[in-house]
Amino acid sequence: MAAPTDLTLAAARDALDAGEISAKELTAAHIAAVEAARPLNAFITETPEKALAMAKASDARRKAGEAGLLDGIPLAIKDLFCTEGVPTTAGSHILDGFTPPYESTVGANLWRSGAVLLGKTNMDEFAMGSSNMTSYYGAVENPWRRRGDNRPLVPGGSSGGSAAAVAARCALGATGTDTGGSIRQPASFCGIVGLKPTYGRCSRWGIVAFASSLDQAGPMTRTVLDAALMLRAMAGYDPKDSTCVDRPVPDYEAALTGDVRGLKIGIPKEYRIDGMPAEIETLWQQGIDWLKAAGAETVDISLPHTAYALPAYYIIAPAEASSNLARYDGVRYGLRVPADSLTEMYEATRGEGFGAEVKRRVLIGTYVLSAGYYDAYYNKARRVRSLIARDFTAAFKTVDAILTPTAPSAAFAVGEKMDDPIAMYLNDVFTVPANLSGLPGVSVPAGLSAEGLPLGLQVIGRAFDEETMLKVAEVLEQAAGFDARPGFVAGGD
Amino acid sequence: MSVDKDTVAQIAKLARIRLPEDHLEPLAGELSNILGWIEQLSQLDTEGVAPMTSVVELRAPQRPDAVDDGDCRDKVLANAPESTDGFFVVPKVVE
Repeated sequence: MAAPTDLTLAAARDALDAGEISAKELTAAHIAAVEAARPLNAFITETPEKALAMAKASDARRKAGEAGLLDGIPLAIKDLFCTEGVPTTAGSHILDGFTPPYESTVGANLWRSGAVLLGKTNMDEFAMGSSNMTSYYGAVENPWRRRGDNRPLVPGGSSGGSAAAVAARCALGATGTDTGGSIRQPASFCGIVGLKPTYGRCSRWGIVAFASSLDQAGPMTRTVLDAALMLRAMAGYDPKDSTCVDRPVPDYEAALTGDVRGLKIGIPKEYRIDGMPAEIETLWQQGIDWLKAAGAETVDISLPHTAYALPAYYIIAPAEASSNLARYDGVRYGLRVPADSLTEMYEATRGEGFGAEVKRRVLIGTYVLSAGYYDAYYNKARRVRSLIARDFTAAFKTVDAILTPTAPSAAFAVGEKMDDPIAMYLNDVFTVPANLSGLPGVSVPAGLSAEGLPLGLQVIGRAFDEETMLKVAEVLEQAAGFDARPGFVAGGD
Repeated sequence: MSVDKDTVAQIAKLARIRLPEDHLEPLAGELSNILGWIEQLSQLDTEGVAPMTSVVELRAPQRPDAVDDGDCRDKVLANAPESTDGFFVVPKVVE
């Protein structure tokens, strides 16, 4: 058997089932890996004692024949998910000292299925960012480096800590959240699989809200099968989230038949954007060829409003954020900066508690929602959002899934793109449309750049058809045979 | 659309965020850039297009009007920066 930290989630499950390893052994190996990977700064809070206690309970359940879907599997949780009795920061100074007295529904679903909590992962503050550079707890380092260049690279964001932890073999899987690409873009940058489910598939209850009409939780893993297993455990109806949809959760593993013959895969021409690196274009064409070779048919499609997705997103997301973040007022939880009057206390607390990017977005959101601008900005953006969703509805009349690159570049160096917020926003150009339309998307590692960095391809599926999307993703994964390893692997090679 | 320093100060006031005076000018520049970039939406004719309210076709879920939560005052107060006698404490608001 491979080192416990080098197993896939599915292989670890099988090894646990076969009695080749105990949950305690598997967990102990991962706790050591989390410690060894501290230079990456992927975790904000480590929970080794809790992990060992959960592993012990898992071994007891397995002995009693009561093992759940993910029993004994050590996972990392993005620090946006409230964890009962474990500090939750959202990567922000303003949540100093906050320890939730409740568990998020997705977290509760994972623990009910037997998973083990290794710790809480670093992230861009309030999930606002594409580099993990906006975290109050410092930048996360990507475990990958450019060939012949030792400068640290960003892991992407906002789920950068989760992506780095999974890539560096600290965890068999991690949760992320994706509002505009925050699962898929870091997955692409770190050479792992990241899946954003259909809006409404996973409950948002107990996840710190950024933009409620866009936020969705999903799995980050090293294989497509692992993402399928983890999604099944995370998903499900929750009456506490009124946008969570009451439909049965399929056995996603069963959908991975490897058979895409006859499936129609849309290739949207608007995703060939100016200035896209040739190697990304080439990888995309490679993906098309792989799917054709597997018996799928590719179809050129048009999603005519694609270019308007990002600007619409940068009205809608900040508008919702300015409203959601109104709750951080120094009264009920987190940081309080004392002042003489209540209003001054609010202003002082929020002035000190929020970082630069969060302030920028709250200000933009406040502006576009203010009297006189609401219709020109916010309503305009929501109309554009309707047009973008219609583009996909029309496309899915003729195709079963859509193939695109995940991001317009490979991981960039710490400090690059920091001067210009819009250059940073462009990272999400291929991922934002699926959020605006509520559709599922998954990034699969498909190749390496000339500099030796991972590049991902994205499959977008029909609403609530994660099964077809995963099936296509797995065929890409098999064809790509991506087996490159990052320069930094916890515990070494 | 560009915003000036005074507008930034006014938005910050609405958002209850204290900004140091020397941040206002740079922020006005940044926000103006972002708003200028967003402006491209005006090229698009959206006449007769309804603003999206929900991405999933949903009927508002119904449940019995019964209390199924509560009785957790101490848990709720446990995270408060300041509390006393079962209440949150804030600076004096009424003279």
